[in-house]
Amino acid sequence: MIRVIAAKELRLLFLSPLAWSLLGVLQLILAWIFLIQLDQFIQLQPRLAGIEGAPGLTDLVAAPLLGSAGTFLMLFMPLLSMRLFSDEYRNGTFSMLLTAPVSMTQIALGKFFGLLGFLAVALLLSLLMPLSLSLGGSLDWGKLAAAFLGLSLMVAAFSAIGLWLSSLTSQPAVAAISTYGVLLFFWIINLAAETNEESSQLFQWLSLQSHYQTMMQGLVKSEDLIYYALVILAFLLLAIRQLDNRRREA
Amino acid sequence: MHTLIQAQQLQRRYGNHLAVDGLDIELCRGDILGFLGPNGAGKSTCMRMLTGNLAPHGGRILIDGLDLLEQPLQAKRNLGYLPETPPVYREMQVDEYLQFAARLNAIPKADCARAVDRAKQRCGLGDVGRRLIGNLSKGYQQRVGIAQAIIHDPMVVVLDEPTVGLDPNQIREIRSLIRELGEAHSVILSTHILPEVQSICNRVQIINQGRTVYSDRLSQAEAAVETLQLRLQHPPGLADLLALPGVDAAEEISQGHFQLRLAADAQIPALAQRVVEHGWGLAALIPQQRTLEQIFVELTAGEVQA
Repeated sequence: MIRVIAAKELRLLFLSPLAWSLLGVLQLILAWIFLIQLDQFIQLQPRLAGIEGAPGLTDLVAAPLLGSAGTFLMLFMPLLSMRLFSDEYRNGTFSMLLTAPVSMTQIALGKFFGLLGFLAVALLLSLLMPLSLSLGGSLDWGKLAAAFLGLSLMVAAFSAIGLWLSSLTSQPAVAAISTYGVLLFFWIINLAAETNEESSQLFQWLSLQSHYQTMMQGLVKSEDLIYYALVILAFLLLAIRQLDNRRREA
Repeated sequence: MHTLIQAQQLQRRYGNHLAVDGLDIELCRGDILGFLGPNGAGKSTCMRMLTGNLAPHGGRILIDGLDLLEQPLQAKRNLGYLPETPPVYREMQVDEYLQFAARLNAIPKADCARAVDRAKQRCGLGDVGRRLIGNLSKGYQQRVGIAQAIIHDPMVVVLDEPTVGLDPNQIREIRSLIRELGEAHSVILSTHILPEVQSICNRVQIINQGRTVYSDRLSQAEAAVETLQLRLQHPPGLADLLALPGVDAAEEISQGHFQLRLAADAQIPALAQRVVEHGWGLAALIPQQRTLEQIFVELTAGEVQA
């Protein structure tokens, strides 16, 4: 059942011009950044050649590219997630899911995986550019895999947050704005860490991007994996609860 | 009789407002229940509760013996629901949408194509399978909505105003479809069109302010003749009319035109014979049944104004 709902979600996304334009814009911007990074690397290469343990192609081109992919996906996410539930509430199509023999958990997970399916396409497309470097240079595969894992987990966490906020309202615009708010807040929450000593660790830990940055450096810590798993789980549970509540109190 | 829906003491509040207050609904196989009530009476709320779209604040619902609140997944397999606005994804093609509806209602993949074809054929959607739902007319969207409700051949079909926005031909088709559904399933149908209820339903339940105010089999509701319109060319006084056998009340509507209220055991042939014997110049004698419309207005109009 989860698969049926996920497939429908994915199908609807690709039936709307929104998904295609987002993919196109994302590729265009990343390609521009990729070219700039590559150009800088080529200029630096003669100097780096003499240094022992100097950063390589993966550190200077691939990781920063995936890093900016994460930033752009954060900006695009609310546009993708806003329609998950809000649109269905508004168009009355949600009652079809409610009447069908599926549980709230299956509905929420189906929608979550549907969105992840779309994001997988976006992520794999943006991975193609750094992968093309392996034709002419040598990549650090472990580092690249760690960065990609980090990016995927962070984007999945964005999706769970967007999913929950979309389940709260029947107005897609409100869902989008609030998702922007929450994502940006968790993005910059670690800025406070630099000014305040005592609470700095908590803020640093809460930040969506700080966990991602260690993975960008090729470091996969179980702490970071658990952090993303917790965020995803927490927001999915909130969404499921909200769906149940809505049936009771709406 | 095999009971398919049994709802007892349903309650639903919106804030402090009690929208549905202790409603009972019971439906057997083969029943087509016309669900009537003025706007805001709680019809839609009630239907949404019966289909699991809203959780009731009190009471319980059994669908074919399964508790909708305790075993929702099993109970919902036997439910099909068309809400007020058809729940269609406008971006999808009809075939694609019905395919999804079939899969969502747990029809095995191998049987999906057959289920989609059957639903399309029953709802007259044969030639629009490849069209985008958003580009279809309101009537066709309504039919797509009905098709998704019956695609898994559910025991209980709940239709909220299914003929709104259809042209007369389509209305006839949908009515015959509902009659056909009623043979093997039970159907609940809400509508504002009273003749529609008289033509397709075999049971009627009128609700007002969240309570049942009338519930009956339709054949009985129509049987008793209660009033008689009488046109006379040489009208006597009202007292003479009241003296006729079986007449409880008489009223002169216009010159020579009377309305008589009859007692339950009144014999119309005997009455007509007496009128002729008196030589009042009988021009017309029209027995009037108490129509559903009269029942509806009597039971609901007063309270709305109050």
